[in-house]
Amino acid sequence: MSDIILETKGLTKHYGGVHALEQADFVLRDGEHVAIMGDNGAGKSTFVRQITGVEQRTSGTIKFGGKEVNFKSPIHAREAGIETVFQTLALADHLDVPDNIFLGREITKWNWLGPFRRLDYKAMRAETIAALERTAVKIPNINNTIQNMSGGQRQCVAIARTASFHSRLTIMDEPTAALGVQETEQVENIIRNLKDAGEPLILVSHNMRQVFDLVDRIVVFRRGRICANLDIKADKVTGEDVVGYITGAKTGEEYMETAL
Amino acid sequence: MADTSRGTGGLAFDSKKRSLPSELNIFIALILIVLAFEALGQLLPYMNNQSFLFDTRDRFDSIFNEARLRIIILQVSIIGIIALGVTQVIISGGIDLSSGPLVGATAMIVMSFAQTELVNGNPNPKAVFGAWAFDLPVLIPIMVGLAFGAFIGAINGALIAITRIPPFIATLGMFLICRGIAQAWTRGKPVSFPTESFASIGKGMMPVMWFIGLAFILHFVMRYTVYGKHTYAVGSNEDAARMSGINVERHKVMVYMMASMLAAFAAIILSSKNLTAQSGMGIFYELYAIAMAVIGGVSLTGGRGSIIGTVLGAMVFGVIQSGFTYIKLDAFFQLMAMGTIIISAVVLDKVRQDRATKRN
Repeated sequence: MSDIILETKGLTKHYGGVHALEQADFVLRDGEHVAIMGDNGAGKSTFVRQITGVEQRTSGTIKFGGKEVNFKSPIHAREAGIETVFQTLALADHLDVPDNIFLGREITKWNWLGPFRRLDYKAMRAETIAALERTAVKIPNINNTIQNMSGGQRQCVAIARTASFHSRLTIMDEPTAALGVQETEQVENIIRNLKDAGEPLILVSHNMRQVFDLVDRIVVFRRGRICANLDIKADKVTGEDVVGYITGAKTGEEYMETAL
Repeated sequence: MADTSRGTGGLAFDSKKRSLPSELNIFIALILIVLAFEALGQLLPYMNNQSFLFDTRDRFDSIFNEARLRIIILQVSIIGIIALGVTQVIISGGIDLSSGPLVGATAMIVMSFAQTELVNGNPNPKAVFGAWAFDLPVLIPIMVGLAFGAFIGAINGALIAITRIPPFIATLGMFLICRGIAQAWTRGKPVSFPTESFASIGKGMMPVMWFIGLAFILHFVMRYTVYGKHTYAVGSNEDAARMSGINVERHKVMVYMMASMLAAFAAIILSSKNLTAQSGMGIFYELYAIAMAVIGGVSLTGGRGSIIGTVLGAMVFGVIQSGFTYIKLDAFFQLMAMGTIIISAVVLDKVRQDRATKRN
């Protein structure tokens, strides 16, 4: 719990006149699980989009693994080792489970054929089954296309995709927002497995119970700024405190000057 | 490998209850249409009990009416080659309207590089260029044609990928540009008298061979290669494809280049078969090619369809055309009926899709 894996300084994003994210200083240590909470429009997803290269920040710096990074697109972030489950899931509806898990990084044969190199369906299928079993994700038929799956199954595929490649940082943007009880439990188990494996995680969530169950630390966003940094394992923090920070009834001492 | 009757996590599913491939429906439709024409041949009073499919003439001892089958497949094979490319474009979520005029333009250009010097001992009356362009090796007109197709396709793809204008508009513009090129090339005069080696490309049943061969290769490409998988992914969910690290822009350029090169190749075969090129060649081909793909189950919203489907769609198209002639339907009624059939194919497909989504 010493190496800093991700650090942002003064991270700012403006959409025209809208200040969606303002001077966000954030630190994540290796192996640490951090939850990002906040009201709708507080800047949680904006923050995630700047880190993962989906959008380009207005100003500020991002250090990943000790080096300053400048991801031009999500694929660069992914190549550097940041795996993300986006709210939109980013799955291709007409493809099946192995196709989606390996999309953009297919296992291939006959590589001298360039773009026409051959897909190794057998290897991808075997690896998919192994990855799903490792993450304990239940999907009846992996040959089924995504469009024929329930919301929970889709979510599981998206999460299994991030979990099936060794990543240095996993980010999940509201992974259980649309899930039933059992499916939520499945996703939470995946997160616990990541914790046991010592892989760091940023979890964007509205679910107070889930956050208190799973993570080490809560960072609260409010109106584009970070307004609290709560070590829930060490300090005595209650759900009411967190709600206070989210709604603006309370503000962390170190953020008094900046937060509104 | 895990037990196939169980999914991951031990969930049971019945692998025997898997849905049938959608191509099967088109194949069944093809058979039904053939049978319908067969029945009409028996029922319609003016048909004199002719058979659509079978050989009823006493002089020949073949079972099938081979002449008709041959004409059907020969008719569809050239537009079918275009449809193979259009299929890829539609699967990637786009549309290509420029393929018909591109056939005209490519045919004109290709033929001017394929001319022979002496026609029956007299100098070629249709010569476009000077003496240097006579009796060139057959590879030169082919390469010129494919390069022109690749060039037009690259412009189509680049326009769509970079400026993000709708594919409909980009290729509609190219539709007019290509027809213009076809007419401007010789100020509207036809180009004729190719070399013998050029004429052999599309001789006899050669167009069918090309069509089957290309369909076979492209089936493999679409199903078993990274190019094919990315084409489906881009058409299915462009944002997901981009986030997965697929270079969507470059891929689109590749798809449109592929389609235009196939259309150019169709033009080479067509001009070789006809032994002449005219600026009006390929009229309606782009629409027929799209119709073949759509009848074959390629979804205009992208992400769904297959080469096998398009080949079957082309067969349905050919059988219907031939069948209308067989039951002596007037040409203008044929167009109307064809339009109705295309619309019904899409409606049927949509109903089937809606039912499939509701089942879950």
